[in-house]
Amino acid sequence: MPPTRPPDPPEPGDSGSSYSYFKHDADIGISAWGKTLEEAFIQTAEATFFLMGDLAEVLPRRRIDVRFKEEDLELALYQWINLLLTEAMIGEMILCRFSLIRRNDFWEGSGWGEAWREDLTRGIEVKGATMTDLSVRKSGRGRWETRLIVDV
Amino acid sequence: MDVGRLRKIDDTRWTVPLASHETRAPVILFGTESLLSTMDDKVLEQILNTSRLPGIVGPAVTMPDAHWGYGFPIGGVAAFDADEGGVISAGGVGFDISCGIRSLRTPLTSKQIEPVIGELSEALFRAIPAGVGEPGHHPVTLKELDQIMKGGAGWAVRNGFGTESDLSRSEENGTMEGANPSAVSDKAKERQRNEMGTLGSGNHYLEIQVVEHLEDSRTAAMFGLFPDQVLISIHCGSRGFGHQIGTDYLLRFVKEAPKHNIQFPDRELAYAPIRSALGQEYIGAMKSAINVALANRQILTHLAREVFKRFFGDLSIETVYDLSHNTCKEEVHLYEGKKRRLWVHRKGATRAFGPGHPALSPPFLETGQPVFIGGSMGTGSYILAGTPESEALSFSSASHGAGRAMSRHEALKHWNGRSLVQDLKAKGIVIRSRSMRGVAEEAPGAYKSIEEVGRATELAGLAKRVAYLVPKICVKG
Repeated sequence: MPPTRPPDPPEPGDSGSSYSYFKHDADIGISAWGKTLEEAFIQTAEATFFLMGDLAEVLPRRRIDVRFKEEDLELALYQWINLLLTEAMIGEMILCRFSLIRRNDFWEGSGWGEAWREDLTRGIEVKGATMTDLSVRKSGRGRWETRLIVDV
Repeated sequence: MDVGRLRKIDDTRWTVPLASHETRAPVILFGTESLLSTMDDKVLEQILNTSRLPGIVGPAVTMPDAHWGYGFPIGGVAAFDADEGGVISAGGVGFDISCGIRSLRTPLTSKQIEPVIGELSEALFRAIPAGVGEPGHHPVTLKELDQIMKGGAGWAVRNGFGTESDLSRSEENGTMEGANPSAVSDKAKERQRNEMGTLGSGNHYLEIQVVEHLEDSRTAAMFGLFPDQVLISIHCGSRGFGHQIGTDYLLRFVKEAPKHNIQFPDRELAYAPIRSALGQEYIGAMKSAINVALANRQILTHLAREVFKRFFGDLSIETVYDLSHNTCKEEVHLYEGKKRRLWVHRKGATRAFGPGHPALSPPFLETGQPVFIGGSMGTGSYILAGTPESEALSFSSASHGAGRAMSRHEALKHWNGRSLVQDLKAKGIVIRSRSMRGVAEEAPGAYKSIEEVGRATELAGLAKRVAYLVPKICVKG
């Protein structure tokens, strides 16, 4: 049975979840963590879109949906980020809030945001997630951690 | 990079001592000791991984501007023979398929643009869509995009965005044969509809440059260059279209690998045999992206010409050359005394055919192909010419840029975008960008010395320096 999407954008800033950036010669590395696998994936998405703008300025006016089937967790992260980027590029949007539900190998997620406005702070364009240094693992402390490098 | 792991062949050529079971091909790293010592160890790791791919016809090489990439290092070159099980790798082409540089020459000198440099930079900034969230001024239908995928810059010229002479001064005469639009996903096509004629972000730019000095007056004259001349250089690629193709096929290569008992040392190095159905599909899609990039630079050429026309009237602004530095192309090379048909991956490396190469037309048949090493915002760029010896050294390949010496993450700690814009203004360089973060990440100090890269490229015999250019205006994404 496919998972069910939440109807409204979730509030950001769940405690115990966050992200940081690490260096790559030409592009940017993201490491993120969360109490659950889905939360770690959501943090990775937030870190990705934060490179493109100031997410505090972005309003969750429109929703885009993504769904895919993937058993490999690393490839699931690759698909999650790339599908969000693709839909945001096609819709000429920046996304600020995310939800994701996993049931077995089925993943269903959403991103909320708005079309680019003249007064939004511009960062740099993230064109996609790569498979370089890609990892998804559960740490000894029981939290989920992700690493990926995005191409800018 | 730990240079102690390398064996020096000469001042600009290094290799790695390896047992034959450790690799399928030798590895050659081009560059001076100081350039190599600033490179990340990942460059060596990635080129060693590349040298182990099936069907490689050695050597696997890195350029003097190499840095850590995805799968292949950026600045990595490797050739494969399809008849010997050779492979094609999306990581060996790069995500921004056919990213490249087009340089245009004007009859103007620096004195003619100096009085209007502020207004000119503003007009270019308004005319050239750049940066995240900036759509193009020329949206296309899906039917038109199909035509662009087949026609490249030729489509753009036929639709009023340039002249026939632009095409004859471009790799592949502006149109890559063999594109297969049906191998491109609908998502890639949707993503590109509003992105034709856009510069993008990151290290892409449109620069107004001045010829600071000539290194080779005769070749410069044949390229149409003279001292103090104003040039326009456009650095960009196939935008989201190429990236979507790279993303789609990388996943497919990884997913299909177990069926063929293939294991990758790095998933990003995923490949398919050239002769396989999947390999052929990727090649058809990649060639479609090459054409999209050629058309994109052609439209940007038109936009830049229109701005110059408003300021200076009808000028003859001609293409010096248009080249790509993220490709895989089928070429004939003389290797170990035999002519071989090879698929040459150039990931962050410029094709650099020498004089007499049959793919070149006059005047390049006599001079060798123009090669551009693009600099960063505050530093210069080089125009070079291909050499006869580069075929044996690097499958006719040369450097493509200054190459990053510092990550974007580190650059943000060192520089502030607004301060950098002010500092460069004091040096006579106008920067226009919507993203101060982007400017800080692209700080000139985050790159290797362009002079050292240019010198090493020439010393190694990969290409010969012709002219050195300095920036006056830089429109960044």
